[in-house]
Amino acid sequence: MDPLRIAVTGGTSGLGLALVREFRRRGGRVAFVARGAERVARVARELPGTHGIVGDIARKDDIHPVALQIVSALGGLDVLVNNASSLGPTPLALLADTDCEDFALALETNVLGPFRLTKALLGALTASAREGRGAAVVNISSDAAINAYARWGAYGASKAALRHMSAIWNEELSEEGVRFLSLDPGDMDTPLHALAVPDANPATLKRPAAAAGELAEAIDEALTKEPA
Amino acid sequence: MIAATRPVQRPPDARLLVIDPGGAMMHAARSSVADYLERGDLVVANDAATLPASLHGVHLQSGAPVEARLAGRSSLAHAELRFSAVVFGAGDWRTRTEDRPLPPPLALGDRLAFGPLRATVAGALGHERLVALDFEGEADAVWTGIARHGRPIQYAYLERSLALRDVWTPIAALPVAFEAPSAGFALDWKALSALRDRGVAFATITLAAGISSTGDPALDARLPLDEPYRVPAASASAILRAKAERRRVVAVGTTVVRTLEHSGGRAGAGVADQRIGPGTRLRVVDALLSGTHEPQESHYQLLRAFQDDVVLSRAGAALEAARYRTHEFGDSVLVFSRQGLFGSGPSPECPAPPASRAARGTPAIRDGRPPPE
Repeated sequence: MDPLRIAVTGGTSGLGLALVREFRRRGGRVAFVARGAERVARVARELPGTHGIVGDIARKDDIHPVALQIVSALGGLDVLVNNASSLGPTPLALLADTDCEDFALALETNVLGPFRLTKALLGALTASAREGRGAAVVNISSDAAINAYARWGAYGASKAALRHMSAIWNEELSEEGVRFLSLDPGDMDTPLHALAVPDANPATLKRPAAAAGELAEAIDEALTKEPA
Repeated sequence: MIAATRPVQRPPDARLLVIDPGGAMMHAARSSVADYLERGDLVVANDAATLPASLHGVHLQSGAPVEARLAGRSSLAHAELRFSAVVFGAGDWRTRTEDRPLPPPLALGDRLAFGPLRATVAGALGHERLVALDFEGEADAVWTGIARHGRPIQYAYLERSLALRDVWTPIAALPVAFEAPSAGFALDWKALSALRDRGVAFATITLAAGISSTGDPALDARLPLDEPYRVPAASASAILRAKAERRRVVAVGTTVVRTLEHSGGRAGAGVADQRIGPGTRLRVVDALLSGTHEPQESHYQLLRAFQDDVVLSRAGAALEAARYRTHEFGDSVLVFSRQGLFGSGPSPECPAPPASRAARGTPAIRDGRPPPE
């Protein structure tokens, strides 16, 4: 079988970077997207063979240029991991104290961005499914998508929407052969977590590399399972 | 016909002229296209995504402004960075291509700058507007430059400038087309689902659709340029199975006809360099879903392989009389070939009874407005 072709958003730090490393270690062909040109260049240099793409998933006008670069670099696409996330207001705020601009940013990054990018890449993903390679979209979720935690309003509401959107995509696109997975990696020692909970003890948190290994296993399993 | 000036891929009132194998015609709503297909038919579409292939920049030797419209490559490979390009002088899409000035004289080795991109003139291609350009740098950097700096190729009849999302079909995958394979605008996911419900199979090929018009009669006469393509193994086996079982193959767009007739439906990569016209025997394709084309366009020649000039001229008159819209965002034609399965003689039979539409719950469009969902 040809190597798996994978795109990861938010791929220069935390879980995203760990996923880029993990898929590369497993022999996959990997493209990653992030906002900072310098960090993208640095990670691409550190991990030869990966394709770094500069873009902001929250910006509508970035979506198709990013999709173009992903599919061109990989020659197609089997797996999209929508990992880039925004907490909304930082430090975290009570919902009643949250500015709507901060809420909007969480929705743009965590819901509309993955929606738009998935839609732009659906042609490549369904082509892969028709060719018998399998195709999957992984939306990175959180327990905040299910439980109501005070001060996690913008993030939690946006992740709940992303989780529900994954379920509806999966319902609608199973006949096209594209699987949608909503996966919660757990609380990890990442920059995003540090921003949300600055006084957390890193020793109590999961290593991103461990979470990336588990996600890669789940994706492998989803791709090899017979379509429903 | 009238020009479709609004860049909307699927206007709710889009229309479809159906021409059956015997040359009989009927008007329909394009959203009901599945009604004219039968269980067992195989629909094949071009899943090429469209590049922002119009690059504005300067000719470094003279400082003169230029617009290069990328128009061809010898393969679909990421690493292939030599493009043929049609080059204009100052101006942009708002000026009709016929009225655009020539570029400054382009000599071998001259360099052009397009935003972050640099390209060298690597060959003259027999016309002062047509050259080979070699882009400089790593492949990833060149594609990034094109993705960020390029704009979709468009023409003066459109009312606003296009974004990439305006020209990607819903099934757009590998970004290799220089202009949109626009017959595919008709197919959204709901339409693909309707085909599936009807027992119609679906497959894709990828062909780097080239430029459709240059405004220069001598250059236009050379269109379409050679176009690289790929037929995936799964599509090839679906096509060959359909042919073996005498089921119909329906091409979505002239690019699919070109690919399938060049490849014979076999898997693999190739370069479509043939001309399809009135004398062409169609080996694979039985019907074509396409835009509405006028006799002066290169696509029109291809239609002549499907139906004779008498039928095509009646079709042209019907499109004119009913004020169909033309160009890439316009209405569509579904033309069945008089060749092949149905023989070459006139046949009274219609492809499918449109009466079945209401029975299957696909609502008709009334008063040009979409029905309530």
